[in-house]
Amino acid sequence: MTVAVNPAQTGEPVFYLADEHPHPEGYSTSLGFWIYLMSDCLIFAMLFAAFGVLGANYAAGPAPKDLFDLNLVAVNTSMLLLSSITYGFAMLTMQQNKIAQTQMWLLITGLFGAAFIGIELTEFAHMIHEGATPQRSAFLSAFFTLVGTHGLHVSCGLIWLVTLMVQVWRFGLIEANRRRLMCLSMFWHFLDVVWIGVFTFVYLLGVLR
Amino acid sequence: MSRLKILALLPLAAALSGCNYIVLAPAGDIAAQQRDLVIISTVLMLLIVVPVMALTVLFAWRYRQSNTSARYEPDWDHSTKLELVIWSAPLLIIVCLGALTWMGTHLLDPYRNIGRIHAERAVDQSKAPLDVDVVALDWKWLFIYPDYGIATVNELAAPVDRPINFHITASSVMNSFYIPALAGQIYAMPGMETSLHAVINHAGTYRGFSANYSGAGFSGMHFNFHGLDDKGFDAWVAQAKSAGGSLGRAEYLQLEKPSENEPVRRWGTVDADLYRLILNMCVETGKMCQSEMMAIDAKGGNGHEGLNNTLPLSYDKYARRGTVLGPEPVFVAGTCTPEAPQGQTTASIKAPLDTAPLTGAGLKRPTFAPLKSSSFFIGQRPKSDS
Amino acid sequence: MSPDLLKFIFGRLGIDSLPFHEPILVGTFVMVALGGVTLLAGLTYFRLWGYLWREWFTTVDHKRIGIMYMILGIVMLLRGFADALMMRAQQALAFNGSEGFLPAHHYDQVFTAHGVIMIFFVAMPLVTGLMNYVVPLQIGARDVSFPFLNNFSFWMTVGGAVLVMASLFIGEFARTGWLAYPPLSNIGYSPDVGVDYYIWALQVAGVGTTLSGINLICTIVKLRCPGMTMMRMPVFTWTSLCTNILIVASFPVLTVVLALLSLDRYVGTNFFTNDFGGSPMMYVNLIWIWGHPEVYILVLPAFGIFSEVTSTFSGKRLFGYTSMVYATVVITILSYLVWLHHFFTMGSGASVNSFFGITTMIISIPTGAKMFNWLFTMYRGRIRYELPMMWTIAFMLTFVIGGMTGVLLAVPPADFVLHNSLFLIAHFHNVIIGGVVFGAFAGINYWFPKAFGFKLDPFWGKMSFWFWVTGFYMAFMPLYVLGLMGVTRRLRVFDDPSLQIWFVIAAIGAGLVFLGILSMLMQFAVSFLKREQLKDVTGDPWDARTLEWATSSPPPDYNFAFTPVVHDNDAWWDMKKRGYQRPLMGFKSIHMPRSTGTGIILAGFATAMGFGLIWYMWWLAALSFVAMLAVGIGHTFNYHRDFDIPADDVIRTEDSRTKLLAGAK
Repeated sequence: MTVAVNPAQTGEPVFYLADEHPHPEGYSTSLGFWIYLMSDCLIFAMLFAAFGVLGANYAAGPAPKDLFDLNLVAVNTSMLLLSSITYGFAMLTMQQNKIAQTQMWLLITGLFGAAFIGIELTEFAHMIHEGATPQRSAFLSAFFTLVGTHGLHVSCGLIWLVTLMVQVWRFGLIEANRRRLMCLSMFWHFLDVVWIGVFTFVYLLGVLR
Repeated sequence: MSRLKILALLPLAAALSGCNYIVLAPAGDIAAQQRDLVIISTVLMLLIVVPVMALTVLFAWRYRQSNTSARYEPDWDHSTKLELVIWSAPLLIIVCLGALTWMGTHLLDPYRNIGRIHAERAVDQSKAPLDVDVVALDWKWLFIYPDYGIATVNELAAPVDRPINFHITASSVMNSFYIPALAGQIYAMPGMETSLHAVINHAGTYRGFSANYSGAGFSGMHFNFHGLDDKGFDAWVAQAKSAGGSLGRAEYLQLEKPSENEPVRRWGTVDADLYRLILNMCVETGKMCQSEMMAIDAKGGNGHEGLNNTLPLSYDKYARRGTVLGPEPVFVAGTCTPEAPQGQTTASIKAPLDTAPLTGAGLKRPTFAPLKSSSFFIGQRPKSDS
Repeated sequence: MSPDLLKFIFGRLGIDSLPFHEPILVGTFVMVALGGVTLLAGLTYFRLWGYLWREWFTTVDHKRIGIMYMILGIVMLLRGFADALMMRAQQALAFNGSEGFLPAHHYDQVFTAHGVIMIFFVAMPLVTGLMNYVVPLQIGARDVSFPFLNNFSFWMTVGGAVLVMASLFIGEFARTGWLAYPPLSNIGYSPDVGVDYYIWALQVAGVGTTLSGINLICTIVKLRCPGMTMMRMPVFTWTSLCTNILIVASFPVLTVVLALLSLDRYVGTNFFTNDFGGSPMMYVNLIWIWGHPEVYILVLPAFGIFSEVTSTFSGKRLFGYTSMVYATVVITILSYLVWLHHFFTMGSGASVNSFFGITTMIISIPTGAKMFNWLFTMYRGRIRYELPMMWTIAFMLTFVIGGMTGVLLAVPPADFVLHNSLFLIAHFHNVIIGGVVFGAFAGINYWFPKAFGFKLDPFWGKMSFWFWVTGFYMAFMPLYVLGLMGVTRRLRVFDDPSLQIWFVIAAIGAGLVFLGILSMLMQFAVSFLKREQLKDVTGDPWDARTLEWATSSPPPDYNFAFTPVVHDNDAWWDMKKRGYQRPLMGFKSIHMPRSTGTGIILAGFATAMGFGLIWYMWWLAALSFVAMLAVGIGHTFNYHRDFDIPADDVIRTEDSRTKLLAGAK
């Protein structure tokens, strides 16, 4: 930003800009989205805290080691991690303005995400079928809520992803869409990071306990 | 300190005459020490609050617009010396107050056994303190005297100058157990136990109540606390004894149901295990006690078997109530053992003090004698009559 | 219709949910309905609907949104205060065997609603409104960072308020106290809709508050005009920044804790139940991790207002700007380290209690420093006693008392005897009324001429001031006294007749405050009628110091024809001193955001979803949710959210101001 009125010719201080320098559209977006992510992070922090407090209260019911199938969770984790990589490819091809490839990578990301959700739902269904419902103990309440909230976020991410694919298809890789892809990218990687926390803290430590 | 106290009380005394400022004039040593802290902290803070208020008035008056004789320095906005003063003066006060707080909080911790009856007399360690179990019910107070085997509702008594140990819990929602004349309050919470150690120094009848809103009957949830001399206390116990009646699990479940403005009630005998069952939320037969549940959880839960260990809930203080989208309400059934067959609980089973005989340390190894009968029954317990 | 169908359509809402048996509520409803019908008829008759929709409801202009927040706050103040009057009357009457006039069922709703409304729908909108209005002007910006989000946030707050108001006539409100501690608030002990109203009103409003917090942080960080470094920001902007950081870092906690409570209530999970390993204590901890910062969310902007007002009306630079800023930041951080002081009496150990007691006391150090800074700003000043300054002096005298009793309550052994007593009630009203409410009134009187172009009438303002101040002291000093007598809060009936006199005095005090509120409404009405007399054309009626006074009153849509450049903390003062000349030519077109109805529509659906969930009308909840999703996604397909104000329009606006200014001289 330049201070452009009669600079220093008169020695008078400059009190306003003669030329309008509008902030470009989306000037604050990435900061705003970061702050939003931090507030979302706090939501997860609270759910982790709740799990930390209640995670060992089995109410004489099953414990993590009785319920978790680490192989399945490992597959699930790899789905999400791979989806983050493919999202990275989508961003790289976006930088090169390759619409078709971007769309393809987005599609692959979406499929990985959907697979993640699918596996998670299978896991949940299995547990509930066994009788390990969220109502059985405080541990299970906290588990289903923490993992479920993460899953809900991924589902929202999927809806957003589809919306963006439509928008890229309709309007191309215009500035606004690039910005949105960038935000979704941050969101997606954020969920990945949260999932690593879930995987370690809930599943691995849970089975060790 | 007492001189300071009197000084601080002087202006107050004038304003307070004629009213019952129980918090400032309590009858128990703990409450009196808490009162002292209230007064000392207030005086400490007045050291800074009074000058601030005086300066506010003074500056507001002196520098009014119409007073053109006052100095006017529109650009004066910094003075390192003043900054130093305005940060360090409150800091100093807080340092003093912080030290006082640290000490006071530890000395007056309600969990701490009291060391003195009052300022001039230490506790006689040879005499046992009075134990009282307190249960906050909807909306009344149940007091159980385990040493005397009596129980009362909405009436509490204690001999003067004898330390009292309260064990406090609740049946359904949170309440706060507070007798201003005796000592500060502590919450009564379901499934949890808090305690309070206190002593009453002056005979008299004082008011006790719940200090945390707990529902519709909250306003009527108060009781009289009698500070009695030893003879009076014995008479009071005898009165309760003579009331007859027995408070057992069935009677408790009736008593527990919500009721408002309960009159005083007394029971001559009381189920010795009742308080522990209440605390562990397993007065209802068949329900697993919290202590047992926590012991199982600490060992890693009950595994898949634990999934089937629930029974439909038929009674939930108010009514049988589930959630709109959730399944039917259930409770965790107590584990069935020979000592506590189906329908009872294991809460009353106490761990032996000396566990050596159980672990087998120092005992002779038993000789091996294979069972003659079919191996099918190996490992099974003999059938109990459950 | 079959009962099943009825149940499907109306959930658990039935004829008996309507409070026909409560004469007070029926009377209120008739009044509200008559008033509402008159208002709607008036709007229709004068054909104002289109105007309101185009110029106000759908606006993204931070100034109009700010004004709407203030209106919301004042309307809700009337409701919240009606509750206060009922409580005071009940407690003054219910002696000597009298049950008073409120049954427990009603009384318990009244004190819950009073707390919820006053914090969430009075104090928050007033504070947010002032920040919304003033901050972009103070930093020389044209609008906030995300204007659409701003509109959406406002309507979400309204949605929450609508749900609370609906509970008055449809069903009932919570009977749990304003923080709804479980197990009392759990389904077993509160099976009715009350707690659900509480949950969904706060969830809907909470989303708005969080988004508004994000928005204002971005605005302050990114949109400051050239030259305005962080350490040249006006103090009100600083306190707003810290407040919004607190909002973003604490409201998600509230969202989670309420979500967990609703899971307990709707699907039977065991977060806060007594049984199955649940922990009610966790709720208490979590809600206060939000609740304590909330206190500072409210009071920090008030501190900012007092800073602006003191320095303006003392005609002097603010004393110790740097230490003021650091004090604010320190308070912001420390406010997260004190939450446990709200429940010392729940059985924490002595070390934990003393830790939280001492951190609480430490907060009083920066707060004390602020107090001294205001004092020394007055020192060697030329103090003009206009209304904002009167409120400030009243604040300084009142707040130190509240601060002192607050530190007293932070000493755990003292708290053991005073917790939950009327002493506590007196304390927090002492800081919230003495700090936040007086601050908001100072702010309203201070910035009103900026927003509307005429000053507020001083006579009625002073009436309001004196009624409020004397009323406050009469209403709350007796409560301190009662607290020392060991009287606890939320009691409905009393049996000790010697207490009655104090409650009667308190009730009279509340009556005086009521006169204060009426005087304030009168002040608005009279000022509007006398607007020509009270007119200010200069845009700077107080000879003030910060940038918002550099533009016209009311400011044009674009705030500043040219983006200002700042050289000093007191930017406008500096400009005036150095002979700044308002530019008269060279105007260019200005890029501005376009109004949109999406915000109000989305918030409407969110409110409907809340209502559906409260009454178990699942179809309504599902439908509203899908509609929200559809409208939200649809909104993202609109890529043209801005427009340019043509240079001609700017020239016309600025020329008319030039004429006005010339006429004023």
